[in-house]
Amino acid sequence: MSDAANARSVGATPPRPDGPAKVTGRAEYVDDLEVAGLWFGATVRSPHCAADIVRIDASRACEDPDVVVVTAADLPGPNVLMVIADDWPVLADERVNHAQEPVALVAAPTRERARRAAARVVVEYVPREPVIGIDAALAAKTRLLAECKITHGDVAAGLAGAAHVIEGTYETGLQEHIYIEPQGMIAIPQTGGGVEIVGSMQCPFYIQNALCTLLGLEPEQCRVRQATTGGGFGGKEEYPDIIAAHAALLALASGRPVKIVYERHEDILATTKRHPSRVRHRTGVDADGKLLAVEVDVVLDGGAYVTLSPVVLSRAVLHAAGPYACANVAIRGRVVETNSVPSGAFRGFGAPQTQFASERQMDKIARVVGVDPLAIRERNAYREGDITPTAQVLDSGVSALDCLRTAAERTDFRKRWAELEAERRSGGDPPARRGIGLSLYWHGSGFTGNGEQMMRSPVRLRLARSGLVEIRVSSTDFGQGTSIVLAQVVADAIGIPLDRVSVIVPDTAEVPNSGPTVASRTVMIVGGVLEKAAAELAEQVRRHAPGADFDEAARCYLDEVGELVVEKRYEPPAGGGFDEETYTGTAYPAYGFGCDIVEIEVDLDTLVVTPERATLVCDVGRAIHPVLCRGQVEGGTLQAFGQAYLEELGVDDDGHWRNDRLSTYIIPTTLDTPAMDTVLLEYPARGGPQGAKGVGELPADGGAPALVAAIENATGISPVAVPATPERLLAALEGGRTVAGD
Amino acid sequence: MTRAVRPTSLADALAALAEPSAVAIAGATDLMVGEGLAEAPAVVDVLRLPELLGIRRTDTCFDIGAATSFSRIRGDLGLCDMFPILGQAAATVGGWQIQNRATLGGNIANASPAGDSLPVLLALDAELVIAGSGGERVLAYRDFHVGYRQTALEPGELIVRVRMPVPSPGVQRFKKVGTRAAQAISKVVVAFAAESSAGTLTAVRVAAGSVAATPVRLTETEALLTGARPSAGLADRAAACASSEVTPIDDIRSTAAYRRHVIGRVVRRMTLSVAGG
Amino acid sequence: MTDLVRMQVNGAAVEFDGDPRTRLLDVIRERLSLTGTKEGCGEGECGACAVLIDGEVVCSCLVPVFQVDGSDITTIESLAPPDALLPLQQTFVDAGGVQCGACTPGIVLTLHALFQREPRARRARVREALAGNLCRCTGYERILRAAEEHAARLRGDVS
Repeated sequence: MSDAANARSVGATPPRPDGPAKVTGRAEYVDDLEVAGLWFGATVRSPHCAADIVRIDASRACEDPDVVVVTAADLPGPNVLMVIADDWPVLADERVNHAQEPVALVAAPTRERARRAAARVVVEYVPREPVIGIDAALAAKTRLLAECKITHGDVAAGLAGAAHVIEGTYETGLQEHIYIEPQGMIAIPQTGGGVEIVGSMQCPFYIQNALCTLLGLEPEQCRVRQATTGGGFGGKEEYPDIIAAHAALLALASGRPVKIVYERHEDILATTKRHPSRVRHRTGVDADGKLLAVEVDVVLDGGAYVTLSPVVLSRAVLHAAGPYACANVAIRGRVVETNSVPSGAFRGFGAPQTQFASERQMDKIARVVGVDPLAIRERNAYREGDITPTAQVLDSGVSALDCLRTAAERTDFRKRWAELEAERRSGGDPPARRGIGLSLYWHGSGFTGNGEQMMRSPVRLRLARSGLVEIRVSSTDFGQGTSIVLAQVVADAIGIPLDRVSVIVPDTAEVPNSGPTVASRTVMIVGGVLEKAAAELAEQVRRHAPGADFDEAARCYLDEVGELVVEKRYEPPAGGGFDEETYTGTAYPAYGFGCDIVEIEVDLDTLVVTPERATLVCDVGRAIHPVLCRGQVEGGTLQAFGQAYLEELGVDDDGHWRNDRLSTYIIPTTLDTPAMDTVLLEYPARGGPQGAKGVGELPADGGAPALVAAIENATGISPVAVPATPERLLAALEGGRTVAGD
Repeated sequence: MTRAVRPTSLADALAALAEPSAVAIAGATDLMVGEGLAEAPAVVDVLRLPELLGIRRTDTCFDIGAATSFSRIRGDLGLCDMFPILGQAAATVGGWQIQNRATLGGNIANASPAGDSLPVLLALDAELVIAGSGGERVLAYRDFHVGYRQTALEPGELIVRVRMPVPSPGVQRFKKVGTRAAQAISKVVVAFAAESSAGTLTAVRVAAGSVAATPVRLTETEALLTGARPSAGLADRAAACASSEVTPIDDIRSTAAYRRHVIGRVVRRMTLSVAGG
Repeated sequence: MTDLVRMQVNGAAVEFDGDPRTRLLDVIRERLSLTGTKEGCGEGECGACAVLIDGEVVCSCLVPVFQVDGSDITTIESLAPPDALLPLQQTFVDAGGVQCGACTPGIVLTLHALFQREPRARRARVREALAGNLCRCTGYERILRAAEEHAARLRGDVS
């Protein structure tokens, strides 16, 4: 078959290569792996949110003669897990700053003996008064883990000329990823003092980096590879650094391979969560609802250590005005330190929080101005040529209006929303009411600002003796389908069938560091470089045997020259660049846009919400694999719905988390899930392979505000916080926090 | 080490349960979570005892084996036809996997105030057949719960059968308000049963779970409704009565205020639905 | 009675002589090295540990092994012949029902049990049957479509 005819993998929906192993139970996750002589690790954790450590007494644990105990006193290097700042200790030393902070580690030959030993380690604490929540942190003036500011135009002037000035404060809470496979890691000590790590992860090179710093190793001494990983959502971005460090310390101390796998209860209590947020809006609009001034104050709760807070804040702030044009925008962002588990990466990475606020604010503005939710967005949504608050010109791929109109037409939104408003206002005593709600949102693909320029991620392709073209990148597949999607891109770029391309499982010994699998960068950035590298490889091979198709040419090349390796690095497009000081310039090389319309029924006796139907329109640039792409949209949306009305990690007055089991931390079941109708739009992005943008996080931004808007349409209650549980809705109803005029 | 006993007859089971602190287990869907079996010197499996199995119909009652799973209850069309609210409650006990294991007797003996089937048993005037080393006795289910997770079972006793008297023609209503649509522990669960004679309600039973330390009958609300003609006004009064009659708490799942509000609204809606015909 | 538990697992006779309260899940995974059955929560909420006991789907994390003395246990590994997939499994892969795969064995096993009982099960019934299986990746939509497609094939609606 000719090469040109072969270039048709992108846009098709081939079965994923790891599918058969997963549906038959043969796929091996970290807890399934057999390692000779494997021991088990367990973690001793602080019961206090803040305390000084007086003494650690492991003598009772060591009554079991095989047990090995490690504390901060035993660390071979700096007590630091490097992410951005150096304040995150591997093991608490002298003080603990959040509940569940790791204080000691034990290893033993069996899981049961490790657990028993951990329970027998006695730690003496002197508790301190913890600082819990944003209010307490601001009042106590705890350190700021991050801050940043955007200033665009003249907000004061904009407000002064406004027909209406509308204020609103919105809050989002803790959210836990609940990947169905809990976190786990195996560390195998190597002769010469090194360690090999295998486990559940998104970023093998993050782990390698952290361990090399901690243990004083060279990269070759710290090989990290990914096991089949059962979900990530950001929860396995930076947190695995800790488990890997713990397992490595135990492995080196005991001389044995050590596995640490968290039980669900421990996983919920001890691992990173989505940053809780409080976002204040002050918006000036003209009489028709056109935005004249947008002022936003963003505060995130970062927990006890910096970890990724500066980058989360950055993304939160850059998305905080929503996909709307306004000449005068001022956004201020702060991350406060509290005595909570460090907040971390979670799909959307700050943008879901600020866009919950900005979308609810748009709905509030619409009511003040007297237009419907569709009109206010049509009036203000970005169009091509508009300028963002960082003065970036949106010169292509601006699909906001198309997303909006496609969704609205598909659902007859305008008419149905108005009918339901009228029905609600007409009173009566029905047992239930329907509601329909809408959200419009955007999400920048790739690392913020100059991140991609700084990394200049390398990718490697190898034409192997077998005739297969191997993709070697550090991008991990933890469900999204990385492994097949990148293969489709490369297959098309070369002009070969898909089964001639293989994706090597990320292993620091086998692949270059093409960056972490985060930030919706895998397809657009890494895939974009792979596309170019593939073209180069194809060109080199074809040059060797002009006129032949790739298959023949490749055979010739392999016979006459040998294997061919092509490495290529990411090059930023000309004219980009972001000024970190002034927060101006190209924040992201491309933006995805989306519109969600959600239809619900609300039981008026119990205020229980039942989502019935969701219409999701997302612009993904180019859908490499439409089925997997829809899967990202649907899965991300359902997580956003969970955030909107189900998922709550209640916090006691003393800072402890209440909902710490799957029976009490409520994620959606099949019966909580609406039928989903997903429409993919394709506004190509420059640089993305065949125009693809990212899709992994975009849907996480839209679900919550659309669902909450539907609650408002059905009940007249205007929730300003999520989760909008029935208890909160009742309190709002009784407190008169309803739509004016009801 | 804990002894595990798999008796094949009730007599053998009772003999094993005579040991102090021996624990009977059926579906174990609650016992296996947490420390329930950790300290037990003996665990006695009652799932396969023939005396605890089977659903039988007599002229006056349905007689359900205590070890009958909720799946089997749902699958018995005659039972569900006679007691729709029992079938409805069974369908809300966790997902399919849980329904295949969890049993009616286990739900009763576990004595959680949130047990989904328990208000239904109260509303339908169930009786328990309880066996012990001294023989069998029959206990009205409404006398079974004596305090928070405390029951009238003596040490060594076992619930063997659950009997539900065949009701006269009437209405039954059930509503569970959970933390989500499935696989949820109840925040409020209500069962309502009544007969109707010449347009007025008789033999009214209103029972609720998760609003007190045990599943309870709302006797004041029942009194209000008994002999009354269902109407909008009556429904409102019943709502107020129900709300004031219960003693809900704040807990991890919900608040006292919400529970109080919801029990009123649900009782009101049930009363209205009966008025509607 | 003896303390030995005798059962059939995937058609093979198995004896277990450890603590009778040991979770069936642990016997399957640790003793028999059948790691296809997963632990997602340990409290019967997520369904990742689903197995069949005498043909009925249950959460194996809630079953003490001594209760299955004399029973037939079926785990995910035995559904398909080696190097092949059941039609249900193939449809699952093709329709996007698999992402990270952690919930997949429990879901496939539960659907298999459902369609054996109710080959005509439609979406509403499938949703209900899967209410005890949590998935965090797919949003369930592609799982339900895979099940619908499979059911349609069983009904002869689709070639």
